[in-house]
Amino acid sequence: MTDDELTPDGKVTLPEGQAPLAGPTNGRGKSRFPFRIYLEPRLQEPPRWYPFAISFGAVAIALFFGGIVIAFAGGNPFASYAHIARASFGSLGVFSDTIVKATPLILVGLACSLAFRMKLWNIGAEGQFFLGAFGASAVVLLPILPENTSPWIFIPVMMLFGILAGALWGFVPGFLKAKYNVNEIISTLMMNYIAVHWNNFFIFAVWSDGGFQMSPVFPRTAWLPRLTDYAEQFPILRGLTAHLGLIMALAAVLVVWFILYRSRWGYEIRLIGDNPKAARYAGLNIQRNTILVMMVSGALAGLAGMSEITGVVHRLQGAISPGYGFTGIIIAWLAKLNPFATVLVSILFGALILAGREIQPSGIPKMIQGIILVCLIASDFLMRYRVGIERVGAEPTGEEA
Amino acid sequence: MDLIIILQAGVATGTILLFATIGELLTERSGILNLGVEGMMLIGAMSAYSTAIATGNPWLGLLVAILAGGLISQVHAVITIKLQADQVVSGLALTFLGAGTSLVLGEGLSKAGTVSLLPAFSIPLLDQIPILGPIFFTRQSVMVYLGYLLVPLVWYYINHTRPGMHLRAVGEYPAAADALGINVARLRYFYVFVGGALAGLAGATISLAISPGWFSELTTAGQGWIAVGLVIFAQWDPVRAAFGSYMFGALRRLILDIQGPMTLFGMANPFYYNPYLGFFLQMLPYAFTIIVLVIGSREAVRKRLGSPAALGTPYIRGERGL
Amino acid sequence: MPPPMSTDNTAICPVKMVGIVKRFPGILANDHVDFDLRKGEIHALLGENGAGKSTLMNVLAGLYRQEGGTILVNNKPVSFSSPRDAIKAGIGMVHQHFMLVPSQTVTENILLGMEEPRFFLRLKEFDAKVAELGERFGMQVDPRAKVWQLSVGEQQRVELLKMLTLGAQVLIMDEPTAVLAPQEIEALFVTLRAMVAEGKSIIFISHKLQEVMAIADRVTVLRKGKVTAAGVKMEGVTRQELARLMVGRDVLFKLDKTPCNPGEPVLTLEDVYAENDKGLPSLRGVSFQVRAGEVVGLAGVAGNGQVELTQVINGLRRCTQGQVRLNGKEITNRPVLQAIQSGMSYIPEDRTHVGSSPNLSITDNVIMKSYRQPPIAHGWVLDGAKAEHIAGELKDAYEIIAPTIHTPVRLLSGGNLQRVILAREISGHPTFIAAVQPTRGLDVGAIEGVHRLLLAQREAGAAILLVSEELEELFSLSDRILVIYEGRIMGEITGELDTSANVETIGLMMTGSQYVSGALKEEMNRGGENISPGQPQGMVQHD
Repeated sequence: MTDDELTPDGKVTLPEGQAPLAGPTNGRGKSRFPFRIYLEPRLQEPPRWYPFAISFGAVAIALFFGGIVIAFAGGNPFASYAHIARASFGSLGVFSDTIVKATPLILVGLACSLAFRMKLWNIGAEGQFFLGAFGASAVVLLPILPENTSPWIFIPVMMLFGILAGALWGFVPGFLKAKYNVNEIISTLMMNYIAVHWNNFFIFAVWSDGGFQMSPVFPRTAWLPRLTDYAEQFPILRGLTAHLGLIMALAAVLVVWFILYRSRWGYEIRLIGDNPKAARYAGLNIQRNTILVMMVSGALAGLAGMSEITGVVHRLQGAISPGYGFTGIIIAWLAKLNPFATVLVSILFGALILAGREIQPSGIPKMIQGIILVCLIASDFLMRYRVGIERVGAEPTGEEA
Repeated sequence: MDLIIILQAGVATGTILLFATIGELLTERSGILNLGVEGMMLIGAMSAYSTAIATGNPWLGLLVAILAGGLISQVHAVITIKLQADQVVSGLALTFLGAGTSLVLGEGLSKAGTVSLLPAFSIPLLDQIPILGPIFFTRQSVMVYLGYLLVPLVWYYINHTRPGMHLRAVGEYPAAADALGINVARLRYFYVFVGGALAGLAGATISLAISPGWFSELTTAGQGWIAVGLVIFAQWDPVRAAFGSYMFGALRRLILDIQGPMTLFGMANPFYYNPYLGFFLQMLPYAFTIIVLVIGSREAVRKRLGSPAALGTPYIRGERGL
Repeated sequence: MPPPMSTDNTAICPVKMVGIVKRFPGILANDHVDFDLRKGEIHALLGENGAGKSTLMNVLAGLYRQEGGTILVNNKPVSFSSPRDAIKAGIGMVHQHFMLVPSQTVTENILLGMEEPRFFLRLKEFDAKVAELGERFGMQVDPRAKVWQLSVGEQQRVELLKMLTLGAQVLIMDEPTAVLAPQEIEALFVTLRAMVAEGKSIIFISHKLQEVMAIADRVTVLRKGKVTAAGVKMEGVTRQELARLMVGRDVLFKLDKTPCNPGEPVLTLEDVYAENDKGLPSLRGVSFQVRAGEVVGLAGVAGNGQVELTQVINGLRRCTQGQVRLNGKEITNRPVLQAIQSGMSYIPEDRTHVGSSPNLSITDNVIMKSYRQPPIAHGWVLDGAKAEHIAGELKDAYEIIAPTIHTPVRLLSGGNLQRVILAREISGHPTFIAAVQPTRGLDVGAIEGVHRLLLAQREAGAAILLVSEELEELFSLSDRILVIYEGRIMGEITGELDTSANVETIGLMMTGSQYVSGALKEEMNRGGENISPGQPQGMVQHD
């Protein structure tokens, strides 16, 4: 440590007794290397670009480690990554497919971001997604609206039911947390499994299409409009599958951004998330906010399910999500809970999921996601500590041991 | 439907949860929350199975599973102890990492053919006890018997031995332990490892003993998460953890077995190969976990019990208090 | 730097620290500090909060490692890399926050640091040993009691026993009196002297001049990490000299205060009962009033219901019985928000965990109670620019020293953080202020600032309830003082407060003496006009 690292103006100080994580003298003095790495707590906020640089670095390191595991499992990491890039950004057509994958990811990423802001660990976005899909399907299959309803009515009603179903699935753990202090991590996760079986029941037993494990295809009026639908007017759009869900997702980005940074409620969410005790002391109703945030989070994930089912799958079936809800957790973290960054990160993960379908072994995308999250959380300490290298013995230390 | 057979199988199924729950319990007692149980179990199940196939020796598979679970748990340990990151997110990351890695390395394993399993046997004399004998001591896997031994040992260890006392101190008030020269970080690394090893063991118990094979993520089907829930239900007490585990094991078996017989207690069995009700039956373990959590949380509030006081918070020497 | 210590004739020096340097990011906690301890003495380490006393002793206890300087124990250089090394060398520290595991028994806590037993705990055997040991040193505690069940004084005894069993020859006591009542302090001093008589040496860390004068043989004074007096004998040092050495200027012991002219009652408590976090009764029939324009001090040893009391007033804790009224309006068990909106402000004891949101900016912290109304809020929408404007004004008005209003408050010093909290609490023009330990851990300059701000509010007609464990603070700010013990108001002191008779009276009430016990009766005869009967139910019911 040098003197210039002391606060320049002496204005900002840590309370007495705050020790660095691993200060220069944490017993490492016995090292034989002439240099050693030390950490010390940051006294100033890092610049704005810094968190994003760290995220970027974490992803790069994660891809490196992922490559090692791929090679270990008998694959060719370079070929795998090149394939991912080609298969997701190689042409307008595949990029449109990437966007299609990114659409639900943006929504679940937002769902997780909102909940995580309040330190509510909603890892039930997957189940809320399934319920959103179920709610939207119910409009067609129950049916709530007749088959020949105009899309102008069909789509808003399906959105509404998707949102409501997702919100309901978020309400349950939110209520249990608020009322009985039930750990929401486990309850949301359990709700995921219940959601899958719930949908399966309807797919197999109620809405089965001639004994197959899927419902009949929705009427065209219940499909979200896709770019390719306008190919007659604009031939360039032929075959492009991007659908209205993207607009819904981008609108949700604006809404969530507004909630978080421009509304009273967002301030309350941030306050409770940072220090619930202080929030309680400032007169905030934490229980009500817990339920509300879980419901809005569930609603966003439900909307993702609705968008996927009406924009891509067009029927209710078992395999409607390659783990979107879980990927949303990673996206939220990678985007540092920033709604706009969520869009960009979602596109990257959309690419990974899209291209990953063809890569062998098939677990690679999942594993890479895991490694990314591990690297990301590991790199978090760089936000709190500065790392430096110093020459051993530059200062008189208690080296005599 | 023979209730004894269901309970017998339930004890076997519950043994999986037992290992995972006890492991997580020990980790949490040291003050570290590791949500990655599911991932570590998958790693254990996969590595045990693939080792057994490669070598033909299930015992070797067991050993590898223990080491693999313990090893991958150290990712979490480094991130939360050394780097002091958020334990919840790190645990989630470990779940993804474990699941993803086991999927990649376990590719093709499901079609790998037969493998020799861990032995099952009856305990002479004990299996003659009415009711209890057939349930607990007849043709059970060696892992089940290991589970019986583990529970009292862990209970005694925590409450009546010196290292157990250190474990409690580190989880309750690490600063006090540190001031007396107990190495907080080293103990926490150790118990995260133990938790990982037991989760690996739980995984191996699935793939080499109770429901043999490798079925990717369906191998565990959320049991790691149920284990995390059971620790809360158990109020960090190994005996209660055993009770919860066997109860859940019995429930899982019941759901499978209740769909078999045509009649139940002299009446037509409404579950008899009824695919509709089957789906709702399969929701039960998960719904039950939530219910158990509600019970556990309410009880904790009523009796003012709590988690280990330092659970989830990194220990930084010199920072005050709990 | 003072001249170095003259070498004395003591052959063996239990502890000698030479040129200790310890840095934390942003502060130089110890700047070439010398310290020496002689066998069989009580050596006080005096200094303000933040002067570096605890840091220096944490270095000696092996908790921190110094960046420079050497430590000699019994004339041999040592290097501690952990507290265990220090303990092995015979140095034990009793920390200000006791290092006891609350959920474990006394015996278990004592065994924690020992080599014995190797594996099996054999608690019965060791319970007996612990009881025997307590007997020997005159510090009885139930070995099988869980630590959380013990009183603070008992816990301190467990800490001392723990250190003695570990074979400590040098005992470091970090602010041992902070949590004790005057009479308990006296008992502690007796124990400490007995230990010295057995040949132990004691380092006594304190920021209270009085105590240092009372107990120490020699004193070393630290100021801002530097030694200002090294091992001075207590004989021939005056309190004023020590105070100057400690704070670097003459201390203002008296604040200018206008005579009290109380108005209407603002806060009224009637027969309030409440439970603490463990579900045990913590308030048993508390009744009092605070009127506009007066400061009511609440004295008491920590943990006698003060925190619960302010929480009940604030709405953070349910009261099981009784009534709380603010400006004539019933606020019993109403949401916190209602108290805030009826003009209540609350300066909590715990600045970092309750009073502020550490990772949020100064702006976000100062609007915590005003964000609901215009001009900051327009319906659902929060006017960020307006909030920042207000924060900027408050930052200047309350002299909050920080780079910008966007700085997260966890980066602020204790004094600045308290100014942020005061800015928030006072700027709303409250009619009632509950201030709990408002100056704990602050340095003298900051303390003065806080006191002035509170008195200004009194001038402006606010009713103030001041909860403090520092009698000096209570005396200099309060217009009258209530004493609380085990959730009951034991009595009230009015009139001229700062008299030695009152100190004794308060001390007796703080330890639960009945009002009409011998000493107090005598007090009543001598200076009865200073004492009013207070709350009868609190006195009669107490056993």
